[in-house]
Amino acid sequence: MDRARDKIVPVLTILAGLVVVWYVAAVLLNAPFQRDLDRRAGETPDTIEFIAKTLSQPKPTMPAPHQVAENFFENTFLRKITSNRSLVYHAWVTLSSTLLGFAFGTALGIVIAVGIVHVQALDRSLMPWIIASQTIPILAIAPMVVVVFAAVGITGIVPKSLISTYLSFFPVAVGMVKGLRSPEFMHLDLMHTYNASASQLFWKLRVPASVPFLFASMKVAVAASLVGAIVAELPTGAVAGIGSKLLAASYYSQTIDMWSALVAGSIVAALLVTLVGLAGRLVDRSMGARPA
Amino acid sequence: MRWFTLSWQAVAAILLCILAGLLGPMTQPEMKALANPAVTIAYPFLNTKGLIFDLILGAAAVSMLRIPPLAAVAALAIGAHVAAWLLLTGIVGFEGSAHAPYYLLLAAAWLLAWRCVTILSELKPANRAANALLRLVIPFIFGVWILIVWEAVVRGAGIPFILLPPPSAIGVRIANSLPILAADVNQTIFKSVIAGYVIGCGAGFLTAILADRVAFLGRGLLPIGNMVSALPIVGVAPIMVMWFGFGWESKAAVVAIMTFFPMLVNTVTGLAASGHMERDLMRTYASDYTQTLLKLRLPAAAPFIFNALKINSTLALIGAIVAEFFGTPVVGMGFRISTEVGRMNIDMVWAEIAVAALIGSVFYGLIALAERAATFWHPSVRGG
Repeated sequence: MDRARDKIVPVLTILAGLVVVWYVAAVLLNAPFQRDLDRRAGETPDTIEFIAKTLSQPKPTMPAPHQVAENFFENTFLRKITSNRSLVYHAWVTLSSTLLGFAFGTALGIVIAVGIVHVQALDRSLMPWIIASQTIPILAIAPMVVVVFAAVGITGIVPKSLISTYLSFFPVAVGMVKGLRSPEFMHLDLMHTYNASASQLFWKLRVPASVPFLFASMKVAVAASLVGAIVAELPTGAVAGIGSKLLAASYYSQTIDMWSALVAGSIVAALLVTLVGLAGRLVDRSMGARPA
Repeated sequence: MRWFTLSWQAVAAILLCILAGLLGPMTQPEMKALANPAVTIAYPFLNTKGLIFDLILGAAAVSMLRIPPLAAVAALAIGAHVAAWLLLTGIVGFEGSAHAPYYLLLAAAWLLAWRCVTILSELKPANRAANALLRLVIPFIFGVWILIVWEAVVRGAGIPFILLPPPSAIGVRIANSLPILAADVNQTIFKSVIAGYVIGCGAGFLTAILADRVAFLGRGLLPIGNMVSALPIVGVAPIMVMWFGFGWESKAAVVAIMTFFPMLVNTVTGLAASGHMERDLMRTYASDYTQTLLKLRLPAAAPFIFNALKINSTLALIGAIVAEFFGTPVVGMGFRISTEVGRMNIDMVWAEIAVAALIGSVFYGLIALAERAATFWHPSVRGG
């Protein structure tokens, strides 16, 4: 009951408030165009009729929630998933390059973190550049990467997923450095008294200590990796994927399509983050962590 | 007491040099010149080949003597970088003709630079200025070597400039198109990014204060804010372009939305950071909400707020550039990148990327400096 009162009720209230604001905004933003239409058609609808019309335009400035929901439902559940109008198909294309990039990025981040923790020269020379690497607006490189790889004969999923890799290695590297360094002096000294070798110290103390940090940063990384995959589809002329769906819809001002593509992207993001969180909790529990 | 200390980098560098010497000609033209000695063929490294070998071998040998670390560093730095410089300048005009010894010598010079960095990072100077200098020099050498290897491999293997231009060509392009770059920076950074950044961070901050004041709002907003932070918000770019037109306003709107949620979430977390004891102390002083907020909780939240400002500095650049892919007036960094890729002017694209990276780093650096000044009391600043 406490949980319901403290969390669910406020969240639902605010969500309901947002939906109301959305409807009001839709009416206000669509009104000028609708007035224009009515004047040309010589119609003088009363207020209720007018509001109903603003909420059912085919290409509204701001689609109403029910229009987006309808379009989303239609394109997700009613179409064959192989059809290129199906959002499931586009989401799958984006998801596959997200996951590939995320896997690369996590592996790269872990390798870099292990290097930084063990080689002092790397710690002092590489760390500043890792931070600097994230100040480069990576999206700027997206078209470049695709051009370069296409020239070498590699096309398709790999160049896109490299963008995701670039965005997702950073949180993992930083989090893992923190995690691998998290054992306290007491624990290190204890391992010392056991006469543990360097590899035993690494596998039996540093790695287990870093697991919670790994999953926390993987949550950030998987979200970043999805953003990378979506944006990589924008400038590179991709034919499928949530990003290309957004671009195509914006060219033809199909606002409802645009919004439902955004909703699809958000659902994929929420699913990915939840899955990583669940995996983290499972691993934690199997390693004998007690709930805090 | 031995009069020398072995280091694997120096030994490996010497071995690589010997291997390079055994393999013979460094480039295609040199091979031809050796094949018919009667004809005089100009080939790279005609006069400098011996010097390169001497430099690398000499520096490697000297560095292993028992000499003060700084002398070893100097010897290694001079040996590695002069050798690299000779390799780079020698290959100009003979792109794509390099053979294995060229890369072996490059690798040897790189190993010496690595040794140099290793010695530097083992130094523990007592005074602060030297320490600060070291913190700059070590990453600087690393960055220089990224450029050297890039330049050497692109020129040595003759990779077409269309695919990957060498850094020197990018530098020339930057120098030659300063007016265009300045116009793009003015449009993207000074109009879109700064306006959006200020609006987004400001709104996020104010909403956080409001959420803090009204507990119900806070409990509802925080989970939503956390959730939205993970969403691909940059996808709203086409919608904003539709609403606000092609000018800078639409980009500023994207930037504002992208920066809002990190600021909100971090500020709310930060406002909860002050301890119970301190809050109780404020209550014993009979301070009201505003006084507690201004004198205790906001200063305590400062590290979190600065963290959000840092995250947002990157997000803001990305948001503005991506939004420009969806339509701009004919100026702006995102616009330039997408059109120059289409025209295959890859060096111009890299020039924009370099400028963007530079501005991003300066932006980040300024915020970091402000953070040091504002949170001088925090352990992470005092300690280092």
